[in-house]
Amino acid sequence: MVLLFSPFFLGVITRVKAFFGGRVGPSVFQPYFDLAKLFQKKCVYSHTTTWIFRAAPIVVFASVLAVSLMIPFGAFKAPVRFSGDIFLVAYLFGLARFFMIVAALDTGSSFEGMGASREAFFSCLSELTIFMNFVTLVLVAHQISLSGMIGAEIPLSWKLMGPTLLLVVSSFFIVILAENCRIPVDDPSTHLELTMIHEVMILDHSGVDLAYMLYGAAAKLFLFGGILVPILLPIHTGHGLMDTLIFVVGMLGIAIFIGLVESGMARLRLNRVTNLLLIAFALAFFGFIVRLWRG
Amino acid sequence: MKLFNGANIVLSEIPVLGVQLFREKIISQCQEGARLVNFFGHEEVDGGVRLFAFLGWDEDSEITVFSTRILADHPQYESLTKDLIQAHWFEREVAEQWAIIPEGHPWLKPLRYHANYRGKADIWPDVSSRPIPGSYSFYAVESPEVHEVGVGPVHAGIIEPGHFRFQCHGEEVMHLEIQLGYQHRGLELLMRGRDFKRSALLSEAIAGDTAVGHSIAHCEVVESLSGCVIPPKAQAIRAVALELERLSNHVGDLGAMSADVGFLPTSAYFGRMRGDYLNLLLALTGNRFGKGLCRPGGVLFDVDSQMAEEFCRKLKGYKKEFEDVSNLLFTKPSVLARFEGVGAISMENAKKIGLVGPAGRACRLERDVRIDYSSGFWQFSHIPISLAATGDVFGRALVRRQEVVRSLEFLLRILSSLPQGGIFVKPPALKPDSLALSLVEGWRGEIMHVGITDENGGFARYKIKDPSFHNWFGLSLAMRGQEISDFPLCNKSFNLSYCGHDL
Repeated sequence: MVLLFSPFFLGVITRVKAFFGGRVGPSVFQPYFDLAKLFQKKCVYSHTTTWIFRAAPIVVFASVLAVSLMIPFGAFKAPVRFSGDIFLVAYLFGLARFFMIVAALDTGSSFEGMGASREAFFSCLSELTIFMNFVTLVLVAHQISLSGMIGAEIPLSWKLMGPTLLLVVSSFFIVILAENCRIPVDDPSTHLELTMIHEVMILDHSGVDLAYMLYGAAAKLFLFGGILVPILLPIHTGHGLMDTLIFVVGMLGIAIFIGLVESGMARLRLNRVTNLLLIAFALAFFGFIVRLWRG
Repeated sequence: MKLFNGANIVLSEIPVLGVQLFREKIISQCQEGARLVNFFGHEEVDGGVRLFAFLGWDEDSEITVFSTRILADHPQYESLTKDLIQAHWFEREVAEQWAIIPEGHPWLKPLRYHANYRGKADIWPDVSSRPIPGSYSFYAVESPEVHEVGVGPVHAGIIEPGHFRFQCHGEEVMHLEIQLGYQHRGLELLMRGRDFKRSALLSEAIAGDTAVGHSIAHCEVVESLSGCVIPPKAQAIRAVALELERLSNHVGDLGAMSADVGFLPTSAYFGRMRGDYLNLLLALTGNRFGKGLCRPGGVLFDVDSQMAEEFCRKLKGYKKEFEDVSNLLFTKPSVLARFEGVGAISMENAKKIGLVGPAGRACRLERDVRIDYSSGFWQFSHIPISLAATGDVFGRALVRRQEVVRSLEFLLRILSSLPQGGIFVKPPALKPDSLALSLVEGWRGEIMHVGITDENGGFARYKIKDPSFHNWFGLSLAMRGQEISDFPLCNKSFNLSYCGHDL
């Protein structure tokens, strides 16, 4: 499911942005074509790189795939779920990022070094926010498992804990933008090495490696969306097809909303990104406080 | 000797001063309010080099010119740059072209990495055969905490080659050194001789985006030297083409700046609107960049009343559209947060380094050739100067926006009352042993061409100065203390020419 739909998700965002730029834009299936093209290509390796550089794309892709097994889609429970899987989810993402950063440093390029340091810095802040949100959700649901947290009890929670969930959702949305290098944090469509964060780290990857990196990034965006949708649309009809449809509609809604945000505002200055992430953390923290106070 | 824009003078009438007096006069006049608009050498018969200095008095619309002789057996003089920063680039150019050493120059490096024009030993050994950068020193800050970032000459986007060397402390840029010269084609040497058909074509290739500006400057030099007075209608059509060129570039720049801050709607709209102006140039000249229009003696394409009406109708629509889209850009808080305070240059510094064009006007420097040294059609139809006070990216964007609106008003005015008559007269032969100068306000700023003829009336020396020649150093200065991630935006707000600099 993740592998099938995640490039489509990206395609929708691009299409929405193109619409607001007064253009037609590429087909929503363009990311599939790009990936197909890259998978047919050979990789080029720099002489200065080591096995880390070669391993990174596989590790990134594998960890994102592993995470995808633990995230529930709409009303469906995740294939793998156990108490405490949220930690594994968070740290699998962490592992993916660690390898991406190390691979970027491995190239010895000054651009990639800059990208790596930015990524490391910003992810410190966004990781904190993710955990804050998870803690709140755990307190709301009394379960330490993603499937439990954002599963069946959410409709009930909206009635009891509306303000908390609202704060969690808005904080989590900012984290989605930051973690997946969207405007206002990073500009995925720029070609300027000096300003990029995520894109600059994968500059040296090519061919199949690049495809894994891009696929991994697309899947990550999709998974973050997948966590958000069940909280936002807690409708369970009990009917498999209906639930899938609701989930897909929710995902489309998020993609369109991300596209709207990207079209509607300019990118932040790099030194202001920390403020944005701190806002996200503050929202998460208030969500936590409200949860404790409402007891 | 005082000259006006478009004047010519017999070479022997230009005063020749002693080297020391020459230096002192330049420095003292620049302290009194003049600025260095050009400074170059010309080889004499005896093997010596005559250095010419052109000082602009913006308020009096006059240019002072005087010269000195550097003897063949003593190819050095005391550097001006020590006391006059504006001369920095000029002295490096003279040193490279004529193998003359400006003694005490603080940073004497080649500009374009070519062999000198005299066939003597270069100041830098093997200057033309060694690759850039590599073998020449860059300013370096030594500290374990400082890291160096080199960008270019091959870039990720489709832009011209140039090497940028940053000294960074974390994300903060302490110093930026810009090394150009990759596009050197030897244009000044190619312009020599009597083939004016060829030189007109070459002048359009100095900088592809300033084809109209440079070709007008070249035509004015030839016309001045031949004593040819072109018909008023030809002057009006040149003005139309120059303003259309300015419009297309300014609008394109605003779009590129929106793209750099990641604001997509205006990036796309401005990009399309740039095409509208280019299409008008296409309708006028048959070329989207206005090539093939201006030739010594006038212009080659006429504008009839029907075409003028059509242009007016279209321009009115474009004006409305521009106002709407630029309002969108300039009222967006997230855009303003990116523009304001980024890459600021103080008025004082701008004056010291001699910024010209929109970059200078963004620092409240009242420098606009169309007003200060008006020639051609600008003598009859005036255009107000557009200034900003902040000197940052926002200032440069604002100046562009104002200039677009004012150029549109100017165009609507002159297109509705075009002069009647012919558009071309054949210029007679050029005066021998003379010098003529021409200044044009291209969209980037002050373009200056100087032609010196030999005894047969062909060019013995042709000096081209693109505004980028003044402004590249401004970009370095603007980056001091800025975030390295703001460099692309800063760079775009200047949008300087690589090939116009490299010639």
